[in-house]
Amino acid sequence: MTATASAPSPNASPNASANASANASANASANASANASANTVKPRVELIGGPPPGSATLDARDACAWFGDRLVLEGVDLVMPAGQVTALIGPSGCGKSTFLRLLNRMHELVPGAALDGEILLDGDDIYLPGRRAQEIRTRIGMVFQKPNPFPAMSIRDNVLSGLKLAKIRCSDKDGLVEQSLEKAGLWKEVRDRLSSPGGALSGGQQQRLCIARSLAVHPNVLLMDEPCSALDPTSTRRIEDTISELRKEVTVVIVTHNMQQAQRVSDFCAFFLAEENEPGRVIEQGTTTHMFSTPNDTRTLNYVEGRFG
Amino acid sequence: MTATVTPAPVARSNRTPRRPRELTPLDLLTLGASAVSAVCLNWLVFARMVDGIGWFAFMVSAYLTFVAIFAVATTDRLGRLVAVDRVVTVVVISAGAVVLVALASLILFIVVLGIKALRPGFFFNDQSGITPVMSSSAGGGSHAVVGTIQQVGLALVWSLPLSIGAAVFLNESRSNWRRPVRIFVDAMSGLPSIVAGLFIYAIFILPFAKSTPVFGYNGFMASLALALVMVPTITRTIEVVLRLVPDGLREASLALGASRARTVWSVVFPTARTGMTTAIVLGIARAVGETAPLIFTAFGYDLMNSNPFNGSQESLPLFTYRNIQKPDLAAVERGFAGALVLMVLVIGLFIAARWIGRDRSRRPTSRSPLARLRTKESSR
Repeated sequence: MTATASAPSPNASPNASANASANASANASANASANASANTVKPRVELIGGPPPGSATLDARDACAWFGDRLVLEGVDLVMPAGQVTALIGPSGCGKSTFLRLLNRMHELVPGAALDGEILLDGDDIYLPGRRAQEIRTRIGMVFQKPNPFPAMSIRDNVLSGLKLAKIRCSDKDGLVEQSLEKAGLWKEVRDRLSSPGGALSGGQQQRLCIARSLAVHPNVLLMDEPCSALDPTSTRRIEDTISELRKEVTVVIVTHNMQQAQRVSDFCAFFLAEENEPGRVIEQGTTTHMFSTPNDTRTLNYVEGRFG
Repeated sequence: MTATVTPAPVARSNRTPRRPRELTPLDLLTLGASAVSAVCLNWLVFARMVDGIGWFAFMVSAYLTFVAIFAVATTDRLGRLVAVDRVVTVVVISAGAVVLVALASLILFIVVLGIKALRPGFFFNDQSGITPVMSSSAGGGSHAVVGTIQQVGLALVWSLPLSIGAAVFLNESRSNWRRPVRIFVDAMSGLPSIVAGLFIYAIFILPFAKSTPVFGYNGFMASLALALVMVPTITRTIEVVLRLVPDGLREASLALGASRARTVWSVVFPTARTGMTTAIVLGIARAVGETAPLIFTAFGYDLMNSNPFNGSQESLPLFTYRNIQKPDLAAVERGFAGALVLMVLVIGLFIAARWIGRDRSRRPTSRSPLARLRTKESSR
């Protein structure tokens, strides 16, 4: 696991912070019109007080979730390897989103929500009593179904909002804005109007702005809860391209109802299913190729071939 | 969007656009003729055939006749469906007009009576040396203006932190005490404002006035009473505004690693900023016009007293209230001048509230009048 964690992310290796910012700003101007692959080689802007560098492995062990007295998710064992894209698929109401929200402690914000089991982030349980939820959420970012940029902030401030909210410092804010927006595939469209409000963008652009906002704090994992369900095919495609680029530096876990999307973007797949009056469970998991070609369970086969759900 | 529409006028310039809901000249003629015939019919009946029924009953009768004639005429011409639509439209518009006339006449009444005593000197002089034989434009109400500013300003200082705190508690916390607090705030907003004054009078002025002037009749006591009136108003308005902030923004903020307090401060407040400012201005407008809480607290005073912590003080509503009660005509006119100044102040505050609260978050291009005009032109 640790081997895969460090291998696909050469740019995440800790730089000497003294010349890192200088490099970043120099590259920022040099690469303004460079080709798309340039941003992956560029050393990334250093943050002070942010998450540790590199992507991280998430490992759910016997995870269960309740809303009030109702058990909605039971016994989920799932490893989401570092630097890979894991897709959570399954019909509505089978607990995919709940599981996703368990992974960065957003579940506990719902009144009456409860949970059991362990969620290990690089081997450490995120639900240990001594750990702050804020720190976990900074390390594990999240993109929601509906684009939700902060309407009172400009595009630039939206990207930088994570720094302010999580008390992270950065010496090269302009470089960070450019880098984050470029990773999210939005830089070229908005570089001339960084000070206009985030709400003035189109839906697809707003969602990419939200991705840029999540990436700006350099999370180790990025959770995406049906990020394309409110978007048109073109915007969806842009975001899928973004996800493919992202796997180089961050672990991605994505919930999707779109089978083709899961097939296109993910390396691993987990199929969730809730039988009638039963909590959601993981029916089958494995590599995406395996899940979509030769799944062991007939229910998985039926679902991925569109015969139900 | 406009790009696809712009070349269109050239291509189909020979067509006449149809607007099914638009009134034709004949419709307007029907409307006018119905009104004229209704008035004539009523005049014929009430002024010629019987001995008159008074102007108000005449107007009501004429209006009802007008609606009936208009309904019959439109049914005959365009059918029942259109007639119902037109009659309801006419009734709704006239109801609006009645309210507008009532409001306008109220404002006009104050303006006409108040303008007589209102001179620039009103804002620079107090009532020192004014005797009943002097004209109403002598002296002024500067002491009342100063009193109002000080009392409302102090009231704002006390009520703002309380209101914002309470609104945040009601909307952002998950405490079980939210319900009781909300009920309490609701009950407080229904509190008769004179009770607020009496309350301050009973707990501060009665027991402590003899020992220290700070607890005597003064502007400070008035500001406490006004704060009692303002807190529920501001709290409820801010709470509503905070509730309008989408939960998705709070989630987004928390998911970025912010604490709840940080989320409220950096995401919820900025998003609700204009609404909160509006709430505060509305709270001020509410308190500025209050007379009852001041009667037992500021008490009223004819001379300038710019120290709100010592000695009784005037304010604009008190100035109006006290002068209009006086027997001489000049004082009554001064009272109306005070009312006029107060009214202009309140209207100004409301305009300020609307201006601050105007929607600036939308796309600037589609909102600007120019852009709207262009869209209209091209769609024609």
